Amino acid sequence: MTALSALVRRDIRIALRVGGGALIGVLFFLTVVVLMPFAVGPDLALLSRLGPAILWLGALLASLLTLDRLFMADHEDGSLDLITMSRTPLELACAAKALAHWLAAGLPLIVATPVLGLLLNLDMVATGAVALTLLAGTPALTFTGMIGAALAVTLHRGGLLMAVLVLPLSIPVLIFGVAASQAVIVGPMTFGAPFSILCALSLVSFVVGPFAAAASLRHGLD
Amino acid sequence: MSLIDLANPTRFLALTARVLPWLAAATIILLAIGLYQSAYAPDDYQQGATVKIMFIHVPNAWLSMFVWGVMSIASLGTLVWRHPLADVAAKAAAPIGAAFTFLALLTGSLWGRPMWGTYWEWDARLTSVLILFLMYLGLMALWRAVDDPSRAARAAAVLTLVGAINLPIIKFSVDWWNTLHQPASVMRMGGSALDKSFLIPLLVMAIAFTLLFVTLHLAAMRNEILRRRVRSLQMMQASRVAFSSEAGAGSRGQNASKEVGAAG
Repeated sequence: MTALSALVRRDIRIALRVGGGALIGVLFFLTVVVLMPFAVGPDLALLSRLGPAILWLGALLASLLTLDRLFMADHEDGSLDLITMSRTPLELACAAKALAHWLAAGLPLIVATPVLGLLLNLDMVATGAVALTLLAGTPALTFTGMIGAALAVTLHRGGLLMAVLVLPLSIPVLIFGVAASQAVIVGPMTFGAPFSILCALSLVSFVVGPFAAAASLRHGLD
Repeated sequence: MSLIDLANPTRFLALTARVLPWLAAATIILLAIGLYQSAYAPDDYQQGATVKIMFIHVPNAWLSMFVWGVMSIASLGTLVWRHPLADVAAKAAAPIGAAFTFLALLTGSLWGRPMWGTYWEWDARLTSVLILFLMYLGLMALWRAVDDPSRAARAAAVLTLVGAINLPIIKFSVDWWNTLHQPASVMRMGGSALDKSFLIPLLVMAIAFTLLFVTLHLAAMRNEILRRRVRSLQMMQASRVAFSSEAGAGSRGQNASKEVGAAG
C-alpha cells in the first residue's frame, strides 16, 4: 500500500514540476474551446446549445494528448522496468499511475470547466452538470486511454496511432457524458439514467484498463 | 489431430493444401445455390425487389462480428497459449473482417436509399458498425506500424480483446443514442419473424459466406506464413551480404557474393 501511495505521490510531483507538462492539458483545453466560436460563429444561442459537446470534446482530446507520456517518460529513464520487476502487482501499479495522471491532468480540466462555461454562455446549472459529468467520466477516459499508452510504449510509437486506437473505445463515455449534460439543459430525459451509466462505464474501465495495460506491458517490454 | 499438431507451420501448410480445394468448391456450390434461391425469392409486399439486398447485406453484417470473434479467440491463443499460428490467424483475419464490414455498410446504404430516402443516417446500428469498421482499420494500422511481427502480435492481441469487451458496450450505448434500423428479426425470442421463403435462402447465404470466410482465411494464413518465410530468407541473405562485404577485400569476398548469387 505504501509502495502504491509513494508511486502516486511521485507521479503527481513529476507531473507538476518543470518538464512534467500536466498543466499543458488545461491550456490545450482552453485553446480548443476558444477555437470553437471562430469555427461556428459567435452566436451565443448556438454556443450554449453546443456547449456541453464542445467541453466534452475538448476534455476528451486534452486527456488523450497528455496520455502518451504516461509510461513513455518512465520507460526512457528505466523506472518502468523497476516497476515491472517490483513485488507490487503490475496491475495495481498501472492503476496507481493512472490515478496519479488523472489527479494531475484530469482534475485541472474539471476545475477549468466553470470558466470555459462562461465563455460558451452556459448558465450555472448547465456548467455544474457538465463539470459533474466530466468528474464522473474523465476517469474512464484516463483508464481506457492507459491501454493505448501501454501499447504505445511497447511499440515505440505514440501520437496518431494511439489516438486512432483509443478514440473508438471512448465513444460510449462521450455519448453518455453529453447525454447527461444535455438532459439537464434541454432534454426530455432525466439526468439520473445516463449519469449512472457514465459512472458504470468508469467502474468498468477501472477493472479492464489496468489489466489490459499490465498485460500489454508484461508481454511487450523486453 | 489436435490444435497442438498444427503448431508446426509445415504441417499446417500441408493440411490446408489438401483441404482448401474442397472448401473452395463447397463455397462456390453453396453460393450458387444461395444466389439462385435469393434471386427467385418472392418480392416483399412493401419493399418490392429491394428486399433481395438483404440476402447479401445480412450475411456480411453477421460475418463482420463473427470475424472479430475469431480474432479474439486467436488473440487468446497468442497471449495464453503462445500458439505460433494464432497471431498469423489474427493478422490474416483483420483485412477480411474489414472487407465484410465495409460490404455490410455499402449494401446497407444502397438498401437505405430507396427505403429510408437517404444513403447514410446516424442511426444506432449503422453507427456501431461504422465504429467496428474503424476499429478493424485501427488494428490493421497497428499491424503495419510495427516491423517486428511477434511484438505487433501481442499488442494487437491485447487491443483485440479490449475491443471484444468494448464492442457490446459501444453497441448498447449507440442503441440508446439514436435509432432507426429495424430490430433483430431472425434470431429472437418466440421464433423468427421472417417468412420461410426468405429465411431459407438467407440461411443458405449465411452458411455460404461463413464458408467463404473460412476459405479466404486459410488461404490468407498460408500467404502470411509464406510471406514470413520469404522475409526471414531475405533477412538471412541480407546479413550474409553484409557479413561478406565486411569480411572485405579479395577473393574471399567475391566467392561469398557468388555463393549468395547462387542461393538467391
